Amino acid sequence: MSKANLLDRRAVVSELLRDRKGAFAVGGLGASTYDIAAAGDHDRNFYLWGGMGGAVMIGLGLALAQPKLPVVVITGDGEMLMGMGSLATVALQQPKNLSIIVLDNEAYGETGGQASHTGGTTDLVGVAKACGIGDSRSISTMAEVEAFALSLQDVMSGPRFASAKIDGANLERVLSSRDGTYIVNRIRGSIGHTPI
Amino acid sequence: MHARADTAASWPEEIFSILQRFEVRQVPYVPDAGHSELIERVLGSSSMRGIALTTEEEGVALLAGAWAGGQRGVLLMQSSGVGNCINMLSLVQIFRLPFLTLVTMRGEWGEFNPWQVPMGSNTQGILELSGIKVLRASRPDEVREVVEAGAAQAYNACTPTAVLLSQRLIGAKVFTK
Repeated sequence: MSKANLLDRRAVVSELLRDRKGAFAVGGLGASTYDIAAAGDHDRNFYLWGGMGGAVMIGLGLALAQPKLPVVVITGDGEMLMGMGSLATVALQQPKNLSIIVLDNEAYGETGGQASHTGGTTDLVGVAKACGIGDSRSISTMAEVEAFALSLQDVMSGPRFASAKIDGANLERVLSSRDGTYIVNRIRGSIGHTPI
Repeated sequence: MHARADTAASWPEEIFSILQRFEVRQVPYVPDAGHSELIERVLGSSSMRGIALTTEEEGVALLAGAWAGGQRGVLLMQSSGVGNCINMLSLVQIFRLPFLTLVTMRGEWGEFNPWQVPMGSNTQGILELSGIKVLRASRPDEVREVVEAGAAQAYNACTPTAVLLSQRLIGAKVFTK
C-alpha cells in the first residue's frame, strides 16, 4: 500500500548519504540496511542483519569513539521500538556527532507488513524528546530531509533525532555484505586500524 | 588483620588498574551493588567513560560500535543481566569482538532472594552456549590474576570472555526490615 503524500525510503536515504563526506552510516536490520546498500556501498557502512534493537547503541559506541566524525543511524520503526531505551542512554551521553533517523512505515516490512505501534498510539519523536534528545523532529518533505542531511555533518550540535514517514512500498532488496567481521574490519581500516 | 591487608588495594581497585593498563575506554554498566566501587572509579576517571544503560543488551551493541571506532570496552553487569543480553550476544561472534564482561553473581552462596536463583544458576551455561569463555573469581586474592587473564585473552586474542565475580567474594545481600 502506497500513499502519495509519504516519502520514498530510497530517495530519503540516498539524499542523506549523497554528500556524506567522512560519515559513518549504521543501518538497522531489514529494509534500512538495503536502503543504505542501494545508496552505494561504502567502507564506512555498518550493515546490520541481526541484533534487532541495537542500531542506535552501535551508533553511540562509534560516535563516542570517533567524536570528530559524523555518525548517522538509519533504522526502521520496528527496530527502534525494540531498542527504545537506547534513546534515554543516548540522551544521557549527549554525543554531539550522533544523528538518528527512523524510516517509519508503521509496519514490520521484513515479516510481512504487520502493523507496528507507530501506526497506532506511539509517537517516536515524542519519545526521543521526552528521553532528553532536544533536537527531535518529524520529517515529511524532501526539503526537510536535505536540511537533516546537512545538519548531520555538524559534529558539535547533536544528538539529533528525526522520524520520516515513508510509504509502505516493498522495494526490491539490495543485499549488502552480511559478513560481520568483514564489515567491522573494513570500518576499522577506514580510520587507520590494522587487524590484530 | 594481617599487615599486608592494610596496604593492599581492594579488588575493585585492582580491576580498575587492569582496565587502565589495557586502555579500556568505554565502560557500559547497569548500576549494581557489587560493582559500585568500580563504577565510582570509572565515573571519576579521565581516560574511561562510564555509560549508564537502561538494559544490559545495550552494552553489547555499544561495545560493537566502540570496537568499530577503535576503542576497547568492558560491560559491567549482574548475573540477571546476562539473560537480557542473549540475542545481542550474536554480535560478539558475528563481529569477532574482543568482548569482555565482568559479571557479579547473585542467586548463589547464601542467597536470600529466591527470584535471583534461576538466572544465577544458568548464567555460566548461557554465556558458554553463546560462545563466551567463562572464568571465575571467588576470593579477593585471586581477582587480580583472573581478571588480568580474562582481559588478556579478550583483547589480545579476540576471545570473548566473561569473568564471574562470585557472591562469595561480594558477600550475600542482607535484607532487613
